[in-house]
Amino acid sequence: MNDNGNTNQAKEIICIVCPNGCRISCTKAADGIHCSGQKCKRGEAYATAELTHPMRTLTTSVRTIFPDSPVVSVRTAGEIDKSKLMDVSKALGKVLVKTRIHTGDVVAENICGTGVNVICTSDRLMHQQ
Amino acid sequence: MEELQFDVTVIGAGPAGLAASLTADKAGAKTLLIERETRPGGILKQCIHDGFGLVRFGEKLSGPEYAARFIDRLPNSDVTVWTLSFVSAIQREQDDSILTVITREGIRRIRTHALIFATGCRERTSRQIGVHGRHCAGVFTAGTAQYYTNILGELPTKRCVILGSGDIGLIMARRLTLEGAQVVGVYEAKPTPSGLTRNVSQCLWDFEIPLHTSKTVTRVFGDARLTAVEIASVDPCMCPIAGTEEIIPCDALILSVGLIPENELAESIGVPLDSKTKGAVVDERNETLLRGVFACGNALHVNDLVDYVSESGEIAGAAAASKEKKCRGLVPVECDQSLLYIVPQRISRNAEMQERVFFFRSAKDMDNAMLTITKGGNLLFSKRFSHLRPPEMERLPVLLTPEQLFGNEPLRFHLEELDHE
Repeated sequence: MNDNGNTNQAKEIICIVCPNGCRISCTKAADGIHCSGQKCKRGEAYATAELTHPMRTLTTSVRTIFPDSPVVSVRTAGEIDKSKLMDVSKALGKVLVKTRIHTGDVVAENICGTGVNVICTSDRLMHQQ
Repeated sequence: MEELQFDVTVIGAGPAGLAASLTADKAGAKTLLIERETRPGGILKQCIHDGFGLVRFGEKLSGPEYAARFIDRLPNSDVTVWTLSFVSAIQREQDDSILTVITREGIRRIRTHALIFATGCRERTSRQIGVHGRHCAGVFTAGTAQYYTNILGELPTKRCVILGSGDIGLIMARRLTLEGAQVVGVYEAKPTPSGLTRNVSQCLWDFEIPLHTSKTVTRVFGDARLTAVEIASVDPCMCPIAGTEEIIPCDALILSVGLIPENELAESIGVPLDSKTKGAVVDERNETLLRGVFACGNALHVNDLVDYVSESGEIAGAAAASKEKKCRGLVPVECDQSLLYIVPQRISRNAEMQERVFFFRSAKDMDNAMLTITKGGNLLFSKRFSHLRPPEMERLPVLLTPEQLFGNEPLRFHLEELDHE
């Protein structure tokens, strides 16, 4: 919908770094990508990355063996290639947590060869009900 | 029945109630926190996506991680926490409140000097928007879909239509897609999306989920389970246009059509509500028009950032713990139709702090808008905003001196779009 594919024209990117949601106008020039409309430097970095190699943090859940919490929430410890989101989500569908892990514990290492670990984001399993 | 005494009692252990109780405790008040669910954390427990805490902690946390920042402080505090406990009735005695609470140990009676409502908000359901058709399974709110998916670990749909573009609907469009369901599209009766722009971008565009504005669901089909919905375009008055109907096969209709502050208990003791926010009328300390009764978080007005919910809880908690009860000298705060609402709706002329923090939403999308605050024809404050959108709440600190607040005329908030350049 926002992909006009035409790299020579100005492209509007909505920054997702913070709640401001700046509308950043980007144009490709010989010396790189020019951005305007962002309120901070993180916006420029985001917009540039968005046009070259978009990255995302994936948040999802994995199954556990515990009836009081059949799933536990996880996320990638860092950003992964946007195109890998579905693959990583699918791979995490095969993970089964068998111990009462807590926030920050690694659930899967180097997921799908991204070099990024997947970590637990909740202490749900620690507080047995 | 034995009566237990507390200085401050907080109803609801979501982000607002957690912040309120911890702040009241820190100020030295004997504090009770009542939660009807098994665990504290409120809705954050099921909000496993990230983006929480950017304003407060400068980090992108998931809902459970954000809640843990507060829950983890409880064991080192003197806050008494009752989970699986439900407030069934409240009576007022002078400025004290008497609560009847159903707990695991039986019924308890509580006398509290200050009472804080941190009861959150509820989603609007199909009953409230009037969807026509059969009463079949498969019509539920985005929050319910989120509970099924993230807490129970059960995917509630294989192929769904989402009606309404509120933030939870957008978040669930992405979430269900990641779990392998097909989201046919998000349909919004209004001409613009209701959710935050960044959520439209990262939840819909990232996954090529179509967003259809000025379209709504006019009928549902199915006997035991939903089998299809009828979609139609709507005119500017949101009335369906004949001849534009299309039938979309799906097994679920997920609603993200707005949130309403939960104030059933507050209303039972006569707390005056604001018809615009559907929350209590409060002053800058989040005290309602009943002395000793406070409201905060989404029970006060629906926020889009949890960071402000926590802030609102802390303001209520600090004020509720304070023993001082001087005359407030309330000045009304009003807004015209250029704003959806303004909170707080009163400010105290006798407050020690001159800085007041207001929260407002514009009534429509505005570029280059000027906000003015006047009192009795005098301009007290003005500020320019490059963009204002109704889904994006603005937080506005304003310095107001006692001289400026003299007299009973209300403070009037007004927005006006300036000519370009």
